[in-house]
Amino acid sequence: MKKTIHFKLNGEKTSMDVAPNDVLLEALRANLGAKSPKCGCDRGDCGTCTVMINGRAVRSCLILAVEVEGCEILTLEGVSKGRIAALQRSFVKHNSFQCGFCAPGMIMSLTELLNHKPTPTEEEVKEAISGNLCRCTGYTQIVEGVMDPAVSKKR
Amino acid sequence: MPIATEFEYFAPASVRETVGLLSKFKDKARLLAGGTDLIVQLKEDVSKPQALVDIKRIAPLGGIKVQGKFLRLGALATFTELIESTVIKSKYPILWEAARTVASPGVRNRATVAGNICSAVPSLDSAPALLVYEAVVVIEGPKGSRQIPFASFITGPRRTVLAKDELVTAILLPQPGKHCGAYVKLGRYAGEDLAQAGVAVLADAKGAIRAAFCALAPAPLRSAKIEALLSCKKCDAAVMAQACALLERELAPISDIRSSKEYRLHMAGVMLERGLKAACSRLKGEGPDYGKHLI
Repeated sequence: MKKTIHFKLNGEKTSMDVAPNDVLLEALRANLGAKSPKCGCDRGDCGTCTVMINGRAVRSCLILAVEVEGCEILTLEGVSKGRIAALQRSFVKHNSFQCGFCAPGMIMSLTELLNHKPTPTEEEVKEAISGNLCRCTGYTQIVEGVMDPAVSKKR
Repeated sequence: MPIATEFEYFAPASVRETVGLLSKFKDKARLLAGGTDLIVQLKEDVSKPQALVDIKRIAPLGGIKVQGKFLRLGALATFTELIESTVIKSKYPILWEAARTVASPGVRNRATVAGNICSAVPSLDSAPALLVYEAVVVIEGPKGSRQIPFASFITGPRRTVLAKDELVTAILLPQPGKHCGAYVKLGRYAGEDLAQAGVAVLADAKGAIRAAFCALAPAPLRSAKIEALLSCKKCDAAVMAQACALLERELAPISDIRSSKEYRLHMAGVMLERGLKAACSRLKGEGPDYGKHLI
């Protein structure tokens, strides 16, 4: 019943044995120790489980592990790679999170935006995180964190 | 939440193979493309298939390209692909505007337009635009290929004309003449929400109007009576009052957690008027850019 799938996780070739009904989010956390994607609503509404597949921010709670055969997956662990990325530094500077539960998903959604638009407008930032819920900040500090010149110009 | 149902997973390489699997498993199989609706149904035990048929490995089902007199949206075309397509933005701006209102970027990166019409929920944002552009659905099954107008594809809430051994392989959009339009979506807040009501308006250079609606009846609908009333007229207060009276007969909204039927019906009139205004001013080269919230 289980099947071995091969893919890249944060730049490194990886494989894991999965059942057809294993969800990617749980497989990443339980099998591969990638704990940055979180389980919030578990139905695609809140964005805390956001990872990138082939350069696109997606909901890992709405994807089966078997679907990612041959794909490149990036989680927050791969964005920081041992150092703190510019966006993360800016999040700290602007108090862009309190409890931190939404932060990995926010950063993945915003990383996708900044990859496509290095100097986004405030409206584009809000649109990019329109599917990422934060119950602490009220979003203002998150938008400020992205609009900081250290983030949106240096990249 | 784990998925309790155990199923077999198939990733066929061709449409033919897919039809074979559907013929074998019949109503025990579910097709998987973006999965943004299906995975939720699996988690909630709403759907308990024996087989999941993932069509994402079938290359010919991808892409947005010109095919004869049509623009062909492959079954795997996502809402993000639509939004990023310069052809969609320039030739089918109402569909472009509608695609931008679907859920959030993280869902649009995965969710497909074909999946949206196959889910056939009454609030599907793609439907009004597909109706005013007179889209055609391409269906493959054991007996071969057939094409039907999108207008007769959805038969009721979560119901379509698809047989258990058929799949949608593409959506075809006829080339429209010079036109402008608008998709007006009412949600409880800007950002991710299902439509409480959705209205698409298309106005061509001669003044003919097309109008279609979602979340205002059991299935999305285009109204010939509304179109006849509004076409080639100055849409003043008197005409709009007539239109609102007609909407009461044409539409059949329900009350649910997102709004009451009275509110939906009232807003349909407001949205129709704003959509018409935006469409007409866009036709003159003025007016709000596509993508601006009109409500």
